[in-house]
Amino acid sequence: MSLDQKDVLHVAKLSALELSEQEAEEFTKDLQDILGYVERLESVDVHGVVPTSHVHGIVNDFRDDIAKNSLKLEEVAEMAPEFKGGGFRVPKVL
Amino acid sequence: MIQYEAVIGLEVHAQLSTGSKIFANSGTEAGREPNTLCDPVTLGLPGALPVLNKRVVDFAIKLGLATNCSITRENEFARKHYFYPDLPKGYQISQYDKPICQHGHLLVRVGGEERRVGITRIHLEEDAGKNVHGEHETTSFIDLNRAGVPLVEIVSEPEIRSPEEAGAYMRQMRQIVRYLDICDGNMEEGSLRCDANISLRKVGTEKLGTKVEIKNLNSFRFVERAIRYEITRQTTVLEQGDEIVQETRLWDEQKASTRSMRSKEYAEDYRYFPDPDLLPIVVDNDWIERIRATLPELPEQVYLRFKKGHQLDDYYCELLTEEKHTARYYDKALEVHHNQTALANWITTELFGRLNKENLGMEECPVSPENLGTLVKLIDEDVISGKIAKTVFDEMFSTGASPNSIVEATGLQQISNRDEIGGIIDEVLTQHPEQIAEFRDGKTKMLGFFVGQIMKRTAGKANPKVVNELLMAKLKGD
Repeated sequence: MSLDQKDVLHVAKLSALELSEQEAEEFTKDLQDILGYVERLESVDVHGVVPTSHVHGIVNDFRDDIAKNSLKLEEVAEMAPEFKGGGFRVPKVL
Repeated sequence: MIQYEAVIGLEVHAQLSTGSKIFANSGTEAGREPNTLCDPVTLGLPGALPVLNKRVVDFAIKLGLATNCSITRENEFARKHYFYPDLPKGYQISQYDKPICQHGHLLVRVGGEERRVGITRIHLEEDAGKNVHGEHETTSFIDLNRAGVPLVEIVSEPEIRSPEEAGAYMRQMRQIVRYLDICDGNMEEGSLRCDANISLRKVGTEKLGTKVEIKNLNSFRFVERAIRYEITRQTTVLEQGDEIVQETRLWDEQKASTRSMRSKEYAEDYRYFPDPDLLPIVVDNDWIERIRATLPELPEQVYLRFKKGHQLDDYYCELLTEEKHTARYYDKALEVHHNQTALANWITTELFGRLNKENLGMEECPVSPENLGTLVKLIDEDVISGKIAKTVFDEMFSTGASPNSIVEATGLQQISNRDEIGGIIDEVLTQHPEQIAEFRDGKTKMLGFFVGQIMKRTAGKANPKVVNELLMAKLKGD
């Protein structure tokens, strides 16, 4: 699988990131390297192996429907880059 | 001219009425101070791990069984990626290729006809937070209280053919989730909302046209109006020889039109993959049967029982089954006094009227079903007249008292004693010889005058049947 700068710009747009031309070039190369690395897995013969998304073998891990432990507003506010009037403030999005 | 038909599919989002969020401990109450229902999972803090709320799965299975779905045995959650500040993790946890329910259907009634609308799937997901964009502000305000509140998304097959059918489908879905007690169905607050996919195709053809999605319709009226508008808009575009652009549009109630929100080019690229933070859910027969045992009688079943068992017409059946509480109320009232039509009528006119006026729900009704049953019984047994019953009912509604105690305390019992009524009639006739003469000259409407006089003397309590009978006899016999 190959990836070019167009793909990188597309993903950047989906993530609402602005990349300079130089960054786009760098990331294209980085991502190509990562893909190339993962691609080595394709050499493994998985014929007859059922696709799986989890390897623990554990299922049905639940919690009961009990509400507790919300953070205090001050604690939430403290973590936010910008917090005003009880809410997070972010660049205007429409 | 080419005739087009509309192909409509609805995606209904219903907030599940759990006490805590789908993957976190925070509560879910609407109307709380912003950002006071946050925790590390809701905020998407690094290292925070989601754990599934079991009741959410119970509720989804319940809905699946009520909508004739098959329940998926091996379930999985997936990450749906999109970048928006109301979603702090950068992805929404949803289900992708393994939704919890599949292949169901609803029977939808429109104008006396019943149509089957397929349900493709029902899947579980988390709700996003709320953005507020102040007009004169350069930043947006984010409230994450709603983030992580459990949702089911119910996706219909594109088998809906008209705005009316879409409205009926939506109404029925609301009715079902409310009967099941899994969602409060409050559309104004957004607990139940829907997106509509609409395309047109030439009548007689199979191939689907390009579809347009209208987002966030949160009232039955908006659903119908937006779809009607969109059908007209698309017809015009096609008739001009232009092409429909695949896009997402928003319904603008003020302008009564839809406007383009974004094209699908970027929006659909969600890069789903299985969420490694959440373990698979395996649903076995025991679990399904345990939930099946908790299913209440469903609206459709109640409807048929009322229609066939009580011989009620469609109008009453619809009104009495719309809310579970109303159907139960009717059942309970019937246990006291089995006059099906009279009780249906009292509930849907007098009772609904007062409840509406006082802005009360059926579950807050101050008149118990037993008391309403008794009231109708008193009418049928000639203890009180239908007219007096309305006065008694008003008192029952204001005080919650039983009709018997009100009738006794206020002496509103109907007078049916023939001697007593006969005496009053004699008195009235003696005092009005001229009117008797007029009556005998052929002015039959004088009869009303006499009845009025008699009612006045008895404060409306004289049994009208007895009054009429005795009055006629005396006028003719004399």
